[in-house]
Amino acid sequence: MSNQNEYYSGVDLGFTLNNSEVFVTNVQPAERLSESLRERLLVRDVKVGCNAGDCGACSVIIDGEIVCACLTPTLQVEGKSILTAQGIVNDTQLGRRLAGSFQKHGASQCGICTPGMVVSAYRLLKTEKDPTVEMVSDYLGGVLCRCTGYQKIIDGVLGVNGSDPETRNQISGFPTIGESARHLDGNDKVTGLMKYGDDVAPPYTLMVKVIRSPYNRAAFHFGDLDGFVEDNPEVEAILTHGDIPGINNFGIFPGFIDQPVFAVEEARFKGEAVAAIVGFPEFINSFLEEEFPITWTELPSVLEMEDAEKEGIHQVLPGRDRNVLCGGFVKRGDFQKGLQNSECVSEGEFTTSFVEHAYIEPEAGYSFMDGDQLVIQACTQSTFMDKESLQEILNLDHSQIRVVPTAVGGAFGSKLDLSVQPYLALATMKTGQPARLAYTRRESFLSTTKRHPAKLSIKVGVNDEGLIQGIHFQGKFNTGAFSSWGPAVISRVPIHATGPYFVPNYLAETKAILTNSSPSGAFRGFGVPQATAALETLLDDLAQKIGMDPLEFRIKNALDDGLPNGCGQIFESGVGIKPCLEALRPYWTEEKKRVREFNAAHKNHHLVRGVGVASGWYGCGNTALSNPSTIKAGIKSDGTVFLHQGAIDIGQGSNTVIPQIFGEALGMEKVPFELIYADTDLTPDAGKTSGSRQTFVSGNAARLCGMALKQQITRQLNVSEDSSLKIEGTIVSAAEEPNESTLDLATLPSDGDGFVFKAMETYDPPTITLDENGQGEPYAQYGYTAQLAVVEVDQKLGKVRVVRVVAAHDVGKAINPMLIEGQVHGGVVQGLGMALMEEFIPGKTDNLHDYLIPTIGDIPEINTIIVEVPDPSGPFGAKGLGEHVLIPTPPAILNGIFDATGVQIRKLPASPDRVLKALVDSENDL
Amino acid sequence: MVHIFPENLSSALASMEIPAKVIAGCTDFYPSLENGHVPDRIVDVSKVDEMVGITKTTPGWRIGGSTTWTKIIDYPFPPAFDGLKAAAREVGSIQIQNTGTIAGNICNASPAADGIPPLLTLDAMVEVQSADSTRLVNVEDFVLGPRKVDLGTNELVTAIWVPETRNNTTSSFLKLGSRKYLVISIAMVAVTLSISPQGLIEFLNIAVGSCSPVARRMPVLEKKLTGLRAEDLLDDIRIEVGDLTGLTPITDIRGTSEYRQSAVRELCQSTIRDAIVKSLEIT
Repeated sequence: MSNQNEYYSGVDLGFTLNNSEVFVTNVQPAERLSESLRERLLVRDVKVGCNAGDCGACSVIIDGEIVCACLTPTLQVEGKSILTAQGIVNDTQLGRRLAGSFQKHGASQCGICTPGMVVSAYRLLKTEKDPTVEMVSDYLGGVLCRCTGYQKIIDGVLGVNGSDPETRNQISGFPTIGESARHLDGNDKVTGLMKYGDDVAPPYTLMVKVIRSPYNRAAFHFGDLDGFVEDNPEVEAILTHGDIPGINNFGIFPGFIDQPVFAVEEARFKGEAVAAIVGFPEFINSFLEEEFPITWTELPSVLEMEDAEKEGIHQVLPGRDRNVLCGGFVKRGDFQKGLQNSECVSEGEFTTSFVEHAYIEPEAGYSFMDGDQLVIQACTQSTFMDKESLQEILNLDHSQIRVVPTAVGGAFGSKLDLSVQPYLALATMKTGQPARLAYTRRESFLSTTKRHPAKLSIKVGVNDEGLIQGIHFQGKFNTGAFSSWGPAVISRVPIHATGPYFVPNYLAETKAILTNSSPSGAFRGFGVPQATAALETLLDDLAQKIGMDPLEFRIKNALDDGLPNGCGQIFESGVGIKPCLEALRPYWTEEKKRVREFNAAHKNHHLVRGVGVASGWYGCGNTALSNPSTIKAGIKSDGTVFLHQGAIDIGQGSNTVIPQIFGEALGMEKVPFELIYADTDLTPDAGKTSGSRQTFVSGNAARLCGMALKQQITRQLNVSEDSSLKIEGTIVSAAEEPNESTLDLATLPSDGDGFVFKAMETYDPPTITLDENGQGEPYAQYGYTAQLAVVEVDQKLGKVRVVRVVAAHDVGKAINPMLIEGQVHGGVVQGLGMALMEEFIPGKTDNLHDYLIPTIGDIPEINTIIVEVPDPSGPFGAKGLGEHVLIPTPPAILNGIFDATGVQIRKLPASPDRVLKALVDSENDL
Repeated sequence: MVHIFPENLSSALASMEIPAKVIAGCTDFYPSLENGHVPDRIVDVSKVDEMVGITKTTPGWRIGGSTTWTKIIDYPFPPAFDGLKAAAREVGSIQIQNTGTIAGNICNASPAADGIPPLLTLDAMVEVQSADSTRLVNVEDFVLGPRKVDLGTNELVTAIWVPETRNNTTSSFLKLGSRKYLVISIAMVAVTLSISPQGLIEFLNIAVGSCSPVARRMPVLEKKLTGLRAEDLLDDIRIEVGDLTGLTPITDIRGTSEYRQSAVRELCQSTIRDAIVKSLEIT
C-alpha cells in the first residue's frame, strides 16, 4: 500500500517540543501524548486530572491550537510543533508577562490547573491582544479550576499588558501584614515547575494498582495469588491485608479507627480496596481489574439512612447498633418553652447530597527507602497525621518514616485522610523498591471521602418583636461505610446550628448513620454548610411570615459581644457578625432596587430575579480538643533567616501568610530569608490544614516564634524589646539607634543547625471541654460572614444563574487581602456548585463530565468586603477564613430563588429539574 | 497491536479489509478505554486527505468525515448552517472542538451527540465507503440507536453531505445543560426554516436531541407550523403534547423524564423564535 504508515508496537518518531527537536522511541499504538510528555520527556507541567478531556489540565498547543494531551495519540504528532506551559513561560515574552500577571493577581492557588490555564490564555493572547471577558471565558472554558473561583484567572489574563514578566528574584524582607503579597511559592506554579503528587517519581518506577470492590457490599475470596505473580513476570508483588505488619485500620479519632487499608473478607462500599498489584508500568497501565484472581459474591447493601436504621438490617460495621455511628448534642435553656412563647414558628425538612471535593489533582505519591528510613512523598493536608497513621499500620517507630509532602493540587478536606500512602509504603517495604501510585479520576471519586449527605429537620420560633425564642434542630448525616471525620461533623454541627444569632432556648441533636457508600469525611465546613442551608432558608420563611426585612431580621438577632452562644460561651470582644450584616446594608438596598427594576422591565417574562442573604459563622480549630502548632526559625551567621514553616499550603497561602505574621513579629526590615517547608524530619508539626486553623493557630505560633527570636537579639543588643531591627550584611542593629549598639552575626557561635539565634514556639488554642449538655468553650475563636446573592431564575426551564454575590467577611485583621479575596471567590463558587449542580451518586457520577462543578462560564460577579473586628486571641487580631467563605453561599442563593419566585427549594442541589418541579408544584397549590 | 495511518482514501479503505477500530479526534476513544483493552488494530483516519475539509459542489456541501468542529465553525457557510455552527461551539470545549470530528460524533451515536440534531434539520446524508462500494444514507437512517450505527466492519464514514439549501434559510440551535462549558445536554433543539416574501413559514425542520435513544425530527410540529404567519409565532407558539411525537425522555442524572418533557417544549419555542428573528433580520 502506498501513502500509508503502519506503526506496530514500538515506533520511533520526532517532533518539536517547546522549540527543541525531540525524538522518542518505542511509542506504543494509542499511547497518549500526555503520557509520552510526562514519562518519556519529563515534561511534567502537563498535568493529568481526568484522562478524558473533562478538566483541561493537560492542555498543550499543537501547531498553534490548544488540545488535550490526554486525548491525543502521540503517533499523531510526528513532525508537529508542541508548546507546553514551561516552554511558553520560559521562551516567550508574552508567556513571562502572563506568568507575572498570574502571580500579581493571585490567579494561581493550588496551581494544578495553572499550566492548562496559561496554555489556553497564551493561545488566546496570540491572536487577541485585547480580549473581552467573554473571549477569555470561551478560551479558558475547557480548563476546570476548583480553588480560585476563576475571577482572578480572568484578571490575570486581562492584566497581562500591565504586568511585568515573572522573575525568580530573591525576595528581600518579609512581606508585612496587610500587604497583598504574591504567593511566595507561586513562581514554580506559574512556570509549571511545581511538583505535585504524581510529579516526583522517576520514570519506570514500579507502579501500584489497587484492586477495588465493584459492589456496594460483597464477600470475596482470592484465587491463586502466588500463581498470578509467577505467571506475570512484570508483577513484583501482590499486597493484601496479610502483608500489613501493624494494624490494618486507619481513621481519625480514638475509638473510630475503623477503615481497613485492605478489606478482610467483606468489602463495605463500591471502590473499597481489597488488594494491590505492584508491577512494571507496561503491565499496570494495561491491566484490567477483571483479570485479577478474585471471586466476588455480592451481598445485600444499604445506601439510604432511613433503611440503615431499620431493625433487622445488617450492620455496616460490626458493633454499631442500627448503624448509628455516633451522636452530637447541645442544649441550652428550654427549647420547647421557647417555641411555645413564640408568636410565629416555622419548620422544615431539608435534604442535601453527597458532594465530591473534585480537586483537579487525583491523589498521588511516591515512596522509596533512604537507607533504613521509609520516605513517603504524597499530596496531603497533614504530614504528621499521615506519619502517625503509617507508624501504626506498618509497625514502625517514628524515626523509620519520613513524610515529605508534595505540592497539593487542591484538597478541601479530603486529603486529610490517608489515600495512596499505605499502599505505597507497603509496596516499597515488600519489594524494597521505589513505588508510585496515582489514582485515576474514577478511583478518586469512588474511594475518597465526600461531604455528608444530610437530612435535617428544624423548627424556629420568634416573638412579636422578631426575636428568636427557640430553635430545635435535628440532623442525620450519612457517613458512609467508615468513620473518617464523621464524629467531627456530628459534634461541630450542633454547636453551629444556631447560626451567629442569640438563641436563648436551643436543642440540637445529630446522628451519623453508616451506609454502604463511600466514606463521608471532612469537606470545607464540616457539616456546617448543610446546617446553615437549612437554618438560613427557614429564617427567610419566618421573616416573610412576620413581615420583616430578611437583612434587618438577621441584624436584630445577631450575636454580639457579651452574649452567650448556644454553648454558653461569651466573648467580650471580637464578635463580628453584626458588622458583616451591616456592611451588606447599602448593597442590599441597591440590589433590591435593581431587582425590582429588572422584574418590572421583564413583566410576564420567564426570567425573574431575586436577592437573598444568609449569615455564617465557624469556630476555628478543633472542637474542644488540643490542636497545637509549632513554628521554628533561626538566623545563620550570614544574616539569612530560615523559617521552618510546616503549615501545609494547599493553595490557600499558608506559605505566604505565616511568613507575613512571623516577619511582623520579628520586626527586621529587609532581612533575607528562606522558607523551609513541611517535612517531618526538618520542620516541626504545624498541625493539619483544616478547620480554618492555620492563620489563627500556626499564625500565633509564628508570631510567638518571631517574638522569641527578636527577644534574643534585642537582649544581646541590650535594646528594648519593642525596637525594630535592621540588618546590613551580617551587622544587626536597632533601627532607631543604629550606632548605639550593633552585633556582628558572623562573630557568633552557631549550633548544629548552623543557627546563631534560634527559636521554636508552640500555640494551642485554649478551649473548654463541653459538658453533658454541650456547654463549654469549644473554640477559642470564631470567624463571621454574611453574603448576599442576586439570582436570576428561568421559570420555564428551572435554570438558576447567580448574577452577583457580595460577601462580607470578618477576618479580624486582614493579613493578606489578595489571598482573602482568593479564598472568598473560591468558596463562593464552590458554594454555588453545591447549591445548584453538584451531586455524587455512587456508581453514576464518578467522573468530571457526569459530576458537574462550575466552569469559568458559571461564575457570578463577586464583591468582597473585608471586615476587621480584631480577635483578642488571633495573631495581630486575625481570624480563620478558609471554611467560612462557603458556608452562607448556598442559602443566600436559595433565598434569592425564594425572593424571585416565592418558592423555597429544600433539596440540594437545586438542579433545573428540581427547581422547575418546585415552581410547578407551587402553582398547582394555588 | 498496530496503528495504521493512511494518508489517502484508497489506502484507508484497503486497511478496513481487516476489522479495526477507527479513530480520528479520539475525544470519545480515550474516555472509552478506561474499562477496556487498547484495540489490537487501529486505523487512524485523521490524516486522510479526502476525509478532511469542506467543499462546495453542485448538489451541496461535502464535509469530510475527519473535519473538526473548529473547521466547521470557521467555514463561510450560509446562514442555514448557523445551527450546526452553534452546535459545534457547544461541543465540550475549544480543546475538544479542535480535535473532535463530525463523523466521530455521528459514529459514537450518543443520544446527546451535539452534531446530530442540526444535521437532521439540514437533511444531511452520510457518505459510507468500503473498498468496493459507496453509499449515501440519511443521517436518521444511519444512526440506529445508542452506540449503534449502520456501518459494516469494512466501511468508513468518509463524509457528510448537506444538500443545497434555499437562499433564505436560517437556522438555530439551543442546548440545555446544567453549566456553561464542558456539559452534556439535558435536551437540545435544532431548527432550520425559511419565510416567504408574504411572511409565511415556507418550510420548517425541527429536531430534538437527548430526549430519545436517537435524536429525532418532529414532523407533526413541523407540519402544524408550516404556512403560518412567522410574526405571529414570535408571540405565541402553541405546542401540545401530541406535537412532539416519538420522544421518550428518560430520567437520568441530568434530569427527570418529566422535566425533559416540559423543557423540550420551551426549547422548541425558543429555538423556532430565534430562527424566525434571524430570518426577519435578513429580509
